[in-house]
Amino acid sequence: MDFLNGLVALSNFVLIPAIAYGSQLALGALGVTLIYGILRFSNFAHGDTMAFGAMLAVLVTWLLQGMGISFGPLPTALLALPFAIVGTMALVLITDRMVYKFYRDQKAKPVILVIVSMGVMFIMNGLVRFVIGPNDQKFADGERFIISVREFKQMTGLREGLAIKTTQGLTVVVAVICVAALFWFLNRTRTGKSMRAYSDNEDLALLSGINPERVVMYTWMIVAALATIAGVLYGLDKTFKPFVYFQLLLPIFASAIVGGLGSPLGAIAGGFVIAFSEVTITYAWKKVLTYWMPEGLEPSGLVQLLSTDYKFAVSFVILIVVLLFKPTGIFKGKSV
Amino acid sequence: MSFLIGQNMTGGYGKGPDILHDCTISVDKGEIAVIVGPNGAGKSTAMKAVFGMLNVHTGSVLFDGEDITKLSPQQRVVKGMGFVPQTHNIFTSMTVEENLEMGAFIRTDDISETMEQVYDLFPILKEKRYQHAGELSGGQRQQVAVGRALMTKPKLLMLDEPTAGVSPIVMDELFDRIIEVSRTGLPILMVEQNAKQALEIADKGYVLVQGKNAYSGTGKELLADPEVRKSFLGG
Amino acid sequence: MSDTVKNSALFAIVAALIIGTGVIQSWNSALFILNMGLISAIMALGVNLQWGFAGLFNVGVMGFVALGGLAVVLTSMPPVGEAWAAGGTRVIFALLVGVGTIAVAILLNGRLKGRMRGLAMLAVLIAGFFLYRGLFDPAVKAIEAINPAATGNLGGLGLPVLFAWIIGGLLAAGAAWLIGKTALGLRSDYLAIATLGIAEIILAVLKNEDWLARGVKNVVGLPRPVPREIDLQNSETFVSNAQSLGLDPVVASTLYVKLGYSVLFTIVLVIILVMAQLALKSPWGRMMRAIRDNEVAAEAMGKNVTRRHLQIFVLGSAVCGIAGAMLTTLDGQLTPGTYNPLRFTFLVWVMVIVGGSGNNLGSVLGGFLIWFLWVQVEPLGLGLMQLITYGMAEDSALKAHLIDSAAHMRLLTMGVVLLLVLRFSPRGLIPEK
Repeated sequence: MDFLNGLVALSNFVLIPAIAYGSQLALGALGVTLIYGILRFSNFAHGDTMAFGAMLAVLVTWLLQGMGISFGPLPTALLALPFAIVGTMALVLITDRMVYKFYRDQKAKPVILVIVSMGVMFIMNGLVRFVIGPNDQKFADGERFIISVREFKQMTGLREGLAIKTTQGLTVVVAVICVAALFWFLNRTRTGKSMRAYSDNEDLALLSGINPERVVMYTWMIVAALATIAGVLYGLDKTFKPFVYFQLLLPIFASAIVGGLGSPLGAIAGGFVIAFSEVTITYAWKKVLTYWMPEGLEPSGLVQLLSTDYKFAVSFVILIVVLLFKPTGIFKGKSV
Repeated sequence: MSFLIGQNMTGGYGKGPDILHDCTISVDKGEIAVIVGPNGAGKSTAMKAVFGMLNVHTGSVLFDGEDITKLSPQQRVVKGMGFVPQTHNIFTSMTVEENLEMGAFIRTDDISETMEQVYDLFPILKEKRYQHAGELSGGQRQQVAVGRALMTKPKLLMLDEPTAGVSPIVMDELFDRIIEVSRTGLPILMVEQNAKQALEIADKGYVLVQGKNAYSGTGKELLADPEVRKSFLGG
Repeated sequence: MSDTVKNSALFAIVAALIIGTGVIQSWNSALFILNMGLISAIMALGVNLQWGFAGLFNVGVMGFVALGGLAVVLTSMPPVGEAWAAGGTRVIFALLVGVGTIAVAILLNGRLKGRMRGLAMLAVLIAGFFLYRGLFDPAVKAIEAINPAATGNLGGLGLPVLFAWIIGGLLAAGAAWLIGKTALGLRSDYLAIATLGIAEIILAVLKNEDWLARGVKNVVGLPRPVPREIDLQNSETFVSNAQSLGLDPVVASTLYVKLGYSVLFTIVLVIILVMAQLALKSPWGRMMRAIRDNEVAAEAMGKNVTRRHLQIFVLGSAVCGIAGAMLTTLDGQLTPGTYNPLRFTFLVWVMVIVGGSGNNLGSVLGGFLIWFLWVQVEPLGLGLMQLITYGMAEDSALKAHLIDSAAHMRLLTMGVVLLLVLRFSPRGLIPEK
């Protein structure tokens, strides 16, 4: 029984949050890795693209709520998602046309594009703050829990409770759908394959008659969709606050690099590696260990390896270790 | 008139110095033409000039009776030129079949027939069709590269040193394949390091020296020419 | 128009902008812009050393600036005797154990091979970590229990605050050396991500290690290198001097204090600028630029690229650390919650790019100009919004929102400025020669 209680506590405080967080990071890292693979630069504006997409979703959600439209037990934000995705696509496509295309035509060095993306980051960040302000915004509605602690205890008779938030369940389901759709697109459709071909060997892709501008356009559209979905899921699960998205840049980049920049599979793996490390290292293990350790050997302290404030340090250390020992990441990424 | 003629081409890369000087290359229907010459003679450059990757300021390129001097490489692909670069000529992270599919990207009709033809020419590729091209051996990669170029159903195939870096046995096999491709009636223009073997299969040969035509003739004539033998074929 | 004339004209424009602020708004704000402009110019010089000279992409400026701030507390605050007695030596011992553990692990990494290496390193790291935590946690608890409302930390060395500027540079240099040792030699965008991470970690330490500098409880009332306004106002000679100049003593005292800072900051800026110019023109500087322009060729010529990069990374970070210490001194308090990468990292980058990367004078100009914009965009934005919303109804929600949001025009403007400069004048206002 103690073992089960320990397992439940572990699931409740570590596994479920880490899976949800990992899915969000994976979606974010997929966007970063696609940009890197196709446009060949690290996009510092990605966090703020997520913020922009999420902001649109928040605004449309409020509008829908104001009109009395809801999505039953699911958050209204899901209904708002398609509108937000279209809006974000428009923004990134306009940005590409007005900003990035110029440097692409000039064949500018990647580091110049990184600096340009810093400028875009400022603008998007300012735009989001300008429209919605710098503060927390609540937009989650619908059923709060799939299973609440009380229900779980009644169901199983265990002392430990297990709660699965709707947003957590939703995150995982939506992430799985997105990833499946993305891989289907990349591996099964002509356009998707042309994107992979372009990422693999730009010159040969040109020789084969693949139109780079179309590839770039599709990439931005997919990235906008992924960023918006990741931003909305994160906002639903945690909170919508513009600055938080900027700070997500670090774990997202860590995920993409750990997995191997340019590799979509790697981005997903990296997302979960980072999320699980962050959560396990900053979790106070006392509760779980008390169930699992023999009588008399229970820990007296919290058994928390690092305080949660150091979660950035976790992604950072993993990043550095991977870069030092396996610079191309878990799945061999590109090294341009 | 020949099927493809690069006439009196003079030019270089970008704004750099001229590498080709009044160089002429031509290929007729159904023949294999080979460009040979010492290192740095501008062999690959001559082929790239024909393909539009060079800034040719004098001279012209005629393909199937049409002046294509001003067209970009991509436009020449559409016109029916198939080009296999010397290196980076496959999509390493994609399967063999996907490589072929990408080769046919500009086509909107059914490509399955062409793909079968390529598989008939290169049976090993059919066997490895679902493997990543990057995992194949050097010779197999070159077959993928040629197969990719054939997927557009080109009217002319251009090969830039197809046997660079492969073992002699693989080289012989590749030459056999190239002859087979040529037997389908496809004219081939090829740049080769291994002058002797290349001239043996060539209907027409060009020896370039410092960007100029030094000798030309049928493969047999060049092989028999004592001057050519002495200077380039090692006696 | 010769370069000298053009550059002088650019600096004259910036000077006119600041003087204009004094005439139109107030001399107090003009001096504020001047002082912060001086600090910004120094930060920009630091980043220019790294990016302009060596092409190193450091986006962890905030971290080094914050370390400079920490140095002010550690240098100038009086030591808290009780806290030292309670756990000072124990904390230091624990930190040494932590450093020792990592040193042993690095040693093992060099000595052992294969599977043994991984296992031994893991064992040492885990054992070391628990030992470190076992020593560290109780010591910290003891320190933080001492008078938490006022101190709760170890305090500093009680030295004059100007020493903190040097120590801030040294602290930043030390941290940069550690980071450089691990992360230099990585590709440029990896280095960028790594430095971004380091800055966040440094900030997390500052926010959470209360024993060090009180964390988010802030350290206020730092010693100052110039007199306090209130002391001046109570001084009879100062009041009579002010009145003889026809100034209100209160205004005069704030101006006097700010001018004092300006003089000190100018001295530092001039010293660093002269040194940076000399370095740029020295054989060392030429070699740096040669490495930047063609790393492979430089390496082939036998230059130790990684070592040179480490040197300049440490130097540039030290300059940022000095600027950070000056900033905290000017503020008179250390408030870790106010450090924000947009303001302390990316804004400095805008200064360098706009000014002209690779040119020290350009960085200085960029520092002043961008800081001026940063400050003035807010009132200008507000004015603009009031103009736009002029025709709207008084109680319009949109009008209220637009006017409220004017404050966020800053980031937007900085982004637009950066993109415009990158597009139309990519080498900046004063390009590299």
